[in-house]
Amino acid sequence: RSWRGGGTGTGTRSGAGSGTGMDAASGAGLGGADPQLQRFIEVETQKQRFQQLVHQMTELCWEKCMDKPGPKLDSRAETCFMNCVERFIDTSQFILNRLEQTQKSKSSFSESLSD
Amino acid sequence: MESGFGSDFGTDFGSGGGGGGKLDPGLIMEQVKVQIAVANAQELLQRMTDKCFRKCIGKPGGALDNSEQKCIAMCMDRYMDAWNTVSRAYNSRLQRERANM
Repeated sequence: RSWRGGGTGTGTRSGAGSGTGMDAASGAGLGGADPQLQRFIEVETQKQRFQQLVHQMTELCWEKCMDKPGPKLDSRAETCFMNCVERFIDTSQFILNRLEQTQKSKSSFSESLSD
Repeated sequence: MESGFGSDFGTDFGSGGGGGGKLDPGLIMEQVKVQIAVANAQELLQRMTDKCFRKCIGKPGGALDNSEQKCIAMCMDRYMDAWNTVSRAYNSRLQRERANM
């Protein structure tokens, strides 16, 4: 049960991000002549995925961990944020794994959807 | 957050290549990086504004009073703290996952 680091954990392999328009094409046909450009796109896409998830988790965890903004981030809030990140990723992994299991046990996914 | 972002945002690529010259990939990459940084800063500001408005502004009055302004200022700093904490925690988790693979 490993988790590919750097992905959003949503199960999409094509590089689809969260819709800010920063997604790069998967690399096929874009900058295909220049490997340096290709590599650059891959690296920047990866970095952007990371950034997007940080934005998303900060927003979510703020709701859960922050009461009234004070003069500094107290240790309880800080711990909450760290736990929140871990649990979010656990949730994402859990969903992926369980989805995978559900697909294995039924003959086809579309059949199970139409139940 | 760096200051001075956005000054070259949206200008054309390759204009430094000389008469009818090829596009310089190095220049393009640098400009793309700048645009990405700008986009991230905008995203951060947008979410921060949303969160701090919710936390600090009750019934909207005729102007932002002193307590509201103080709250917003603190909120901005706390949001940055939160963002940094999340970024570090996520990075650690990624490294842990890679180490386990």
